[in-house]
Amino acid sequence: MALPSAARSPSPRQPSVKVILTNADVQRVVDRIAHQILEKTQGAADTVLLGIPTRGAPLAHRLAARISAFEGVAVPVGVLDITLYRDDLRRHATRAVGPTQLPPGGIDGRRVILVDDVLFSGRTVRAALDALGDLGRPASVQLAVLVDRGHRQLPIRADYVGKNIPTALAENVKVTLAETDGTDEVRLHGGTTS
Amino acid sequence: MIRHLLSGADLDAGTATEILDTAAEMAAVAGREVKKLPALRGRTVVNLFYEDSTRTRISFEAAAKRLSADVINFSAKGSSVAKGESLKDTALTLQAMGADAVVVRHSASGAPHRLADWVDGSVVNAGDGTHEHPTQALLDAYTMRSRLGRLAGLSVAVVGDVLHSRVARSNVLLLSTLGAKVTLVGPPTLIPVDIAAALAPGTAVCYDLDAVLPSVDVVMMLRVQRERMNDSYFPSAREYARRYGLDGARMRRLPEHAIVMHPGPMNRGMEITPEVADSPRSTIVEQVANGVSVRMAVLYLLLGGNNR
Repeated sequence: MALPSAARSPSPRQPSVKVILTNADVQRVVDRIAHQILEKTQGAADTVLLGIPTRGAPLAHRLAARISAFEGVAVPVGVLDITLYRDDLRRHATRAVGPTQLPPGGIDGRRVILVDDVLFSGRTVRAALDALGDLGRPASVQLAVLVDRGHRQLPIRADYVGKNIPTALAENVKVTLAETDGTDEVRLHGGTTS
Repeated sequence: MIRHLLSGADLDAGTATEILDTAAEMAAVAGREVKKLPALRGRTVVNLFYEDSTRTRISFEAAAKRLSADVINFSAKGSSVAKGESLKDTALTLQAMGADAVVVRHSASGAPHRLADWVDGSVVNAGDGTHEHPTQALLDAYTMRSRLGRLAGLSVAVVGDVLHSRVARSNVLLLSTLGAKVTLVGPPTLIPVDIAAALAPGTAVCYDLDAVLPSVDVVMMLRVQRERMNDSYFPSAREYARRYGLDGARMRRLPEHAIVMHPGPMNRGMEITPEVADSPRSTIVEQVANGVSVRMAVLYLLLGGNNR
C-alpha cells in the first residue's frame, strides 16, 4: 500500500519529486509481470489473482487482461480487503471496510497470486495471508507487486516485482493508476516533507 | 465516528450509510469457511440486559463473537440487581472489569444515556423503555435497502402501537435522516399527539390502514404488547385485528414490490396473520439474519479503531 501521508500532487514546497515510472513504463512493467506469471505458473492454470485495495485491485484486472491477451487464458480475478486483519487498527480512527469479492470458483486448491501496488513493511501482506486463511485453503500463495521499496519489517518477499526502488525511510512512494487516479505513474517524494 | 449509539438521532446520513455499507461486508462473513474476523480481538463487550430479550441479546452476542471480542452476558435475574444494586453501581463494576462496550437494555427510557456518563467505554442502546432501539432501526433500514435497492424516497408505513414502541421511534428518526417518508398508522389512542412533528418533520399520521396500503413500499407491523391489552387503548383484540391487522386481503392491496416487516416477536393472528408472516413478501426471518451483520458493523465502527 502506498503511504496515505504522501501528498496527492506535487507542490512548490516539495522540492524533490522524482518520476520513477512513467505511463508507458507502468504498462511495460505490467506486461512483463504477466509474462513472468505465465512462465512461472506454466500457463496460469488453476490460478486466481486477488488484488488488495485500493490499487492492487485494478492492477490484478490489468494482469488478467494481459495474460488473456498473451495466451488466451482467462484468469479469475477477485478483491481481498484486509482492513479487518490489520495489526494497527487500534492506532488509528476506525477504518472503513472495503468489499471482498472472491471469484466464483473460490480459492480452495488454487494458486492464489496476491497483487498490490507497493511492498513496504510487509504488514499488509501478512494481513492478507491471515485473511486468506479464513476464506479457504489455497494450494499456494504468491505475491506480485508493482514496486518493492524495501524496509521490510516481516519475513515476506514478492514473487513478481515490477521495479525495485531503493528508498530512504523518510521518502514516500506514490503510485497512481488510470483507474483510480486518472494517470499511470510512480513517483518518489523526497523525505524533506514527510 | 460517534462514540455511543443511543438514539437513531445520533446518526447523520453519512454515518448511517457507512454502518449499512459496513454491514453489507460483514454479511459476507456468514457465508465463509471461518465465520470470524479478528478485528475486535482482546476487546470486551458486556451485554447488560435488565429486560427479557431473545433475539437482540443473541444477535449482539453473535456479532461480538464473530468479531473475536470477549462477551460477558449479564442479566438482571440472578445478579446483584436482584439484591438491589443500582444501575450506577453496576456500571462502575463493569467499568472496573474493563468493558470496552456495554450493550444495554433497560425498562427505563433514558437509562443508556445515564450509563454513558458513568463508563469510559462505548454504550449501545439495545432498547430502553418506550424510547428507542437504534440497532433495530438500522437492521430494518438495511433490510429495506437490500430488498428494494434504496432508501431515499421510499414510502414506509409503521403500523400499530406507536405509543409504546421504541422500534417505531428509532425507525422514524433514522428513516427520515436517510430520506424515506414515514407514515404512522394506528388507532388514535396509540399514536401520541404531535409525535410526528416532535420526531421528524415530514412524518405523516393516518388512522386508516386501508387508505395507505396501495401507495407504500414497506409496511412495518409493530407488536401489540399483550401486557397493554387490558389498558383500554382499543376495545378488543378482535376489533384491533380487523382494523389494523395485516391479513391476506390487505396484503394483496399492496403494490407488487412492497415488503412486509415485523421486528418480532409476532402475535400471529393479532397484528399479522400467518398467511402474511410466511409469505415471500415478509422479511421477518431476513431481519434476524441482518441484525447480526448490522450489529457487527456497529461494534466494529465504535470499537475497531482508536476513537478516543
